[in-house]
Amino acid sequence: MIDIRRVFTHVEHIHHEFGPRAATPLVRGAIGVVMTNPFAGRYEPDILPMMALLDPVGVDMAHRLHAAMDVPLEAIATYGKGAIVGAAGELEHGALWHVPGGYAMRELLGWKGDRAAYTAGKAEDKSGQPGNALSIVPSTKKVGPPGATLDVPLTNINASYVRGQFDAIEVRVPGAPAADEIVFILAMSTGYRIHARVGGLLAENIAKWDGLR
Amino acid sequence: MTANIRKLVIQVDETRKEMGQDVTPPTRRAVAIAVIENPYAGRYSENLDQLIAIGEELGALLGQKAVAALGIAPADAQSYGKAAIVGEAGELEHAAAILHPKLGAPLRVAVEKGAALVPSAKKRGTLGTAIDVPLGHKDAAFVRSHFDAIEARVSDAPRANEIVVAVAVTDSGRPLPRIGGLQHAEVKGEDGLR
Repeated sequence: MIDIRRVFTHVEHIHHEFGPRAATPLVRGAIGVVMTNPFAGRYEPDILPMMALLDPVGVDMAHRLHAAMDVPLEAIATYGKGAIVGAAGELEHGALWHVPGGYAMRELLGWKGDRAAYTAGKAEDKSGQPGNALSIVPSTKKVGPPGATLDVPLTNINASYVRGQFDAIEVRVPGAPAADEIVFILAMSTGYRIHARVGGLLAENIAKWDGLR
Repeated sequence: MTANIRKLVIQVDETRKEMGQDVTPPTRRAVAIAVIENPYAGRYSENLDQLIAIGEELGALLGQKAVAALGIAPADAQSYGKAAIVGEAGELEHAAAILHPKLGAPLRVAVEKGAALVPSAKKRGTLGTAIDVPLGHKDAAFVRSHFDAIEARVSDAPRANEIVVAVAVTDSGRPLPRIGGLQHAEVKGEDGLR
């Protein structure tokens, strides 16, 4: 069921955006895996079996993306995910990525939560800081043609309300997805927009460890 | 003159399958892109020396970044190409000044050798303009399996006073080459053609 055709990695170093040059550039990266959509061209009621099969794909992608970004793991401050489904598929096929894509990056970043609860979409008990990567992984998805662009949202891995790190990265794989393909995407960054200055919660002030603040 | 680099973008495209056929080993193409300020934006300058110097700097930087992204030894690079997109306040000749006089020599160091011409493309464009960077075998331009192209595009560049400069390097040709011609294994690599 898992048939990967292409792997596309994208890393960017942002030094400035017409303001002061940053001492350390913001590093943002995305990885897109182009695979066959096994459900293309028909309505398949039961698509869930594919979700578990995507787990190892996600873990491999998260590690590849981190390697391509070439920054220490502790430097990863935001994440996001997405999917572009080819024309012979449906949006729901892209939604298969929510659990395996999110779980993969959380695992990479040191999440200590209950995987079974996460997979079931249930809350888990939290006290203090139960690990890293507490925030929901923001996402976008769409059905699109080859070369379609997807704006993948990025937010802080521990507190979704860190305003200076609200961001998005445009991801586009030239030539993909074909009608019977899906592009599954993971994205991460080292944090603050290069000239962030609109206030709000700072990452160093995260106190509740509830994934939000 | 060192380039005022706003942004560096590095992409690797690995193809494992094409048309249902396994690609073994996978083809891998990298493109390294710099978004720089155009020092001659908005005016006509007879002399383009600043951009020529920037071209030399970027040939080394982007060539090294692309080879590093592929994770290969320089000698294992097989094909290359270059391109530039000039923002609206610049002229096509600005792209030529970056690409042609001095970019090639340091790029050839980065890919070790490079007897062949570095194929190129240039255009004027705006934010998100895509350019197809032509690819040709680095030592023998007639290697038919390595005629290819890779898209380069930066969503927020070039602004009017910027230039997008791209260098592409691969460790392979097209995924399933089967239209004959000179083969990679037959390259002499002396005259840059065969």
